[in-house]
Amino acid sequence: MDTDFIIGHYNYWLVILLMMTGLYTVVSRGNYIKKIVGLNVFQTSVFMMYISMGKVSGGTAPILETGITLYSNPLPHVLILTAIVVGVATTAVGLSIVVRIHQAYGTIEEDEVNDADHRMEFGKEDLP
Amino acid sequence: MSGILQDPGTIILLTMILPTIGAVLIGLTGKWPNLREAVSLLTGVVLIGLVLTLLQHVLNGGEASIELLDVMPGIPLAFEIERLGMMFAVVASVLWTVNTVYGIGYMRGNNEDNHTRFFACFAVAIGSTMGIAFAGNVFTLFVFYEILTLSTYPLVTHKGTPEAQAGGRRYLGLLMGTSIGFFLVAIIWTWAIAGTLDFELGGILAGSVDEGIVPILLALYMFGIGKAALMPFHFWLPAAMVAPTPVSAFLHAVAVVKAGVFSVLKVVVYVFGVDFLAGTGANIWLIWVASATILLASIVAMTKDNLKARLAYSTVGQLAYVVLGAAMATSLGIVGGAMQIAMHAMGKITLFMCAGAIYVAAHKTLVSELDGLGRKMPFTFAAFFIGSLSIIGLPPTGGAWSKWFLMQGSVEAGDIILIFVLMLSSVLNVAYLIPIAIRGFFAGTEFAGAQPAPVGAAVSPDAKTGGWWQNIEEAPILCVIPLCLTALGCIVLFFFVDPIAAYLNEMLVPVEAPVLPDPTPTTE
Amino acid sequence: MPLAAAPLCLFLGRGLLPWIFATGVCWVAFVIAIALALDLSGGSVITYQMGGWAPPLGIEYRLDALSAVALLIVTGAAAAVSLYSRPSVLREIEPANHGLFYTLFLLCVTGLAGVVATGDAFNVFVFLEVASLSTYCLVALGGRKDRRALSAAYTYLVMGTIGATFFVIGVGLAYMVTGTLNMVDLAQRLPPIGDNRTVAAAFTFIAVGMGMKLAMFPLHLWLPNAYTFAPSAVSAFLAGTSTKVAVYVLIRFLFTVFGLEFDFEQFALIAVFLPLGIAAMFVASIVAIFQVDAKRMLAYSSVAQIGYMILGISLATKTGLTGAILHMGNHAIMKVALFMTMGAIMYRLGTTSIPHMAGLGRDMPWTMAAFVIGGLSLIGVPLTVGFISKWYLIQAALELGWWPIAMLIVMSSLLAVIYVWRIVEMAYLQPSPPNRQISRAPTIMLLPMWVLVLANIYFGIDASFPTTLANQAALLLLGGQP
Repeated sequence: MDTDFIIGHYNYWLVILLMMTGLYTVVSRGNYIKKIVGLNVFQTSVFMMYISMGKVSGGTAPILETGITLYSNPLPHVLILTAIVVGVATTAVGLSIVVRIHQAYGTIEEDEVNDADHRMEFGKEDLP
Repeated sequence: MSGILQDPGTIILLTMILPTIGAVLIGLTGKWPNLREAVSLLTGVVLIGLVLTLLQHVLNGGEASIELLDVMPGIPLAFEIERLGMMFAVVASVLWTVNTVYGIGYMRGNNEDNHTRFFACFAVAIGSTMGIAFAGNVFTLFVFYEILTLSTYPLVTHKGTPEAQAGGRRYLGLLMGTSIGFFLVAIIWTWAIAGTLDFELGGILAGSVDEGIVPILLALYMFGIGKAALMPFHFWLPAAMVAPTPVSAFLHAVAVVKAGVFSVLKVVVYVFGVDFLAGTGANIWLIWVASATILLASIVAMTKDNLKARLAYSTVGQLAYVVLGAAMATSLGIVGGAMQIAMHAMGKITLFMCAGAIYVAAHKTLVSELDGLGRKMPFTFAAFFIGSLSIIGLPPTGGAWSKWFLMQGSVEAGDIILIFVLMLSSVLNVAYLIPIAIRGFFAGTEFAGAQPAPVGAAVSPDAKTGGWWQNIEEAPILCVIPLCLTALGCIVLFFFVDPIAAYLNEMLVPVEAPVLPDPTPTTE
Repeated sequence: MPLAAAPLCLFLGRGLLPWIFATGVCWVAFVIAIALALDLSGGSVITYQMGGWAPPLGIEYRLDALSAVALLIVTGAAAAVSLYSRPSVLREIEPANHGLFYTLFLLCVTGLAGVVATGDAFNVFVFLEVASLSTYCLVALGGRKDRRALSAAYTYLVMGTIGATFFVIGVGLAYMVTGTLNMVDLAQRLPPIGDNRTVAAAFTFIAVGMGMKLAMFPLHLWLPNAYTFAPSAVSAFLAGTSTKVAVYVLIRFLFTVFGLEFDFEQFALIAVFLPLGIAAMFVASIVAIFQVDAKRMLAYSSVAQIGYMILGISLATKTGLTGAILHMGNHAIMKVALFMTMGAIMYRLGTTSIPHMAGLGRDMPWTMAAFVIGGLSLIGVPLTVGFISKWYLIQAALELGWWPIAMLIVMSSLLAVIYVWRIVEMAYLQPSPPNRQISRAPTIMLLPMWVLVLANIYFGIDASFPTTLANQAALLLLGGQP
């Protein structure tokens, strides 16, 4: 693997770095908000991947203008616009669930929530 | 109406629909016990009528089949009548009705709960038994086999006690386990190999299967049909002893185990084919397993003090006779096996009804408690004695003939050792059955002086104070009449074996015509 | 097209009678789906181009026999559950949220139907997220009854999003090498590329992403909690549809897009899927046996049943695939019915813990009878649908000569006997607590429940329609392009 290959694909290395960071955050953090942040980073990396693959070197933005022959592929951008909307919606839903969890449990730490559930399940006799 | 009743195909369907309707009606009339029992009996009588109509049809050489619908492409739900199934249907429907009468007496005499559920399940069970009897392909057989298992489960666990639950769990687990675990696999395998599941004389596997597979497939079938109680899958039978006695009688004599051995015969004759099986030699191991089951079960039976448990192990042994008959893969063996179904049904139902009657009247369950009871319950014990003779295979009872044919079959198969197995088993049967009746009639008096037993005390004054009948404390009349009838049946079968043998013989006619021995009593 | 119903639900808002409206919409969609399925069982394909763009660029909707099966499942389950949901929703969800519930419900149906109908790989993702997002909210609505629903919904959200994102990555990689998102085009352009690392990566991402969504065995952790704590109507709907749709997407990508040779020759997929399927069947069944809560038990049983589908897929023969597709539909029918019985029990009893069900056979006869039949179907007793699909799976295994696999299928069915029977024994053989006063379930709950139960039996006896459809679908998938 020569240097050109590594530098030439720098965008993908970044994507992979972001992706792993995001995934690691989701897995390792106990805080629900932090998990969502990780999820966002993870999704963003995918957006980056799509956008960068649509780029044609030397091309301009795909706008209606006479005289332009070389332009970037617009389709991935369109797709990612959709995906961003989906991502935002996911984040919104996730955060609102976190709010509800906070109301119900008084904490947003996964360990504490699990402890509370465990106590409820085995400490008391019956479910409410 | 008469038009409908002319068509045998419709009648076949009716034999299954009728008990179902009966079950629904029983459920609906649950609030009026007398009406409900009347519905049960009516169902039984009409059912017998239908089955006898079919029998007439078959005896006239008629055939009938009906195909309902394709469950899966190429696998229809189909029914047809042939001789073996016909016989099974007759035996089952007649004994079911007798057993229902007995069941009414028993349930009332014993103050059991949930009569409605009991009789409804009872009716569903006979319906599915009819389905098994008339199944036109292995698939249909399997379907009704499973329904039978499920409909008898509530009967086994009827008492709802922890023991009943444990017994029921074992019952269901073992029967379902073997049927889904082995039987179903065998069926699908057969389907994959032969491309058909229809019952055909001479078998559907012959010619299209690798000989190495045949023993495996046979094993899957034989152990898969857990209802045949071939060792080591016999544990459900003793476990099911927790059930009320009419259920035990039903399980052991009328339907469940009989459905099992009937399926075994069906599979051997119509799926493998007698000649094919004998040709491949795949049946050898089965002969030994069946023989071992016969002997081991008899030995275990001797050790049991609980009357019903003893009878249960006796059933295990007797069923293996049928399997043995099938395993010989000779025509006489098959005839003997088929006959054993009927003879054993008659004998065993008598024994179980007696056991139930003893329980209702005296609340005794152990063999060792029966001393002298025979003088209080003479009819019951006389019937028990006759039933025992039939199980052992002594004249003048029907059981003698099935043993006779089986021995003939083993001669035909060239296995002399099998004759010794059968003889030895009969001796063992004598050892565990006859003492029961002897205890009942004689034990009390001989040791009356030595024993301060209340039985002896109660018996001694009878010579002075009045007629012997004054000491009779029989079970309810509805219990006693059926068992006397079946005991008589055992004797009647002995004298009317000729038509049965001839009838069963025709079953195998296209394969070969065995030379029958002269079936008169003097040959024994 | 059932999609026509989609915009309608946006107007719902907080309508006065959202329930009636939602139910109506679902039934209309169901009827349309039946009509479509009858059309498609002949093997034809319907396409519809959204916005008038030609397929490679525009978004295309296409339906074949496989989509018809999935569409039937989705709309059928939706129709039954929507009718059923009324009492359960009244009891379990805050009154202010009722309108919201039905909006979400319809959105979810739209999303799932969209996934099934679309012919565009990216569009699958969009609809999947529409469905998933509404599902997360639906599960979280159970938070009123039991706050654990919230953490369950959260876990589901995280897992689901990761799965979906994986899926997008896979689609993106596939787009990179082919330049198209249309599934038919993808299928044509992928094989020539052949052994390419990007394609392999795309394949892996899609398989793992979908594996997460469909709760394939080691990725199933979200499922039991989500099913257990969601409102009963939601559990019933989810059990029937969401995982099934994910299975559909998996089958679609495995067979239509990537093609049989790629999956199995280059990738040795069988070495992954077969053990996972079997492991799911056993591990999940055994876990199910030890559950105290009946809903959770059924949830684990779902994981096990998905194992059967994965197994059928991995066999990659016509019979195996037919079995998997059949099981998809059959399992939907029985699981929806079973979760409905749980809903009814929850409605009357306030809990679904198994020890509390003692004596229920007498107090709620119709509900428990439905449970027994559904349970028998789960076991695979003849005359129920479960039997038909197991028959095909076993037959597929035997055709390949893998009889140990056939034995394993059979053995895991026996595990089902154990967990189903625990409840049956409890309900019928234990005496009910002396001071319990409960009546039978409301008719509106019983009605759809029994329709499904009867369907269970009907299609178990006369299985020609579903088998033909599934067979047709399997043929299409294996025979390359229709």
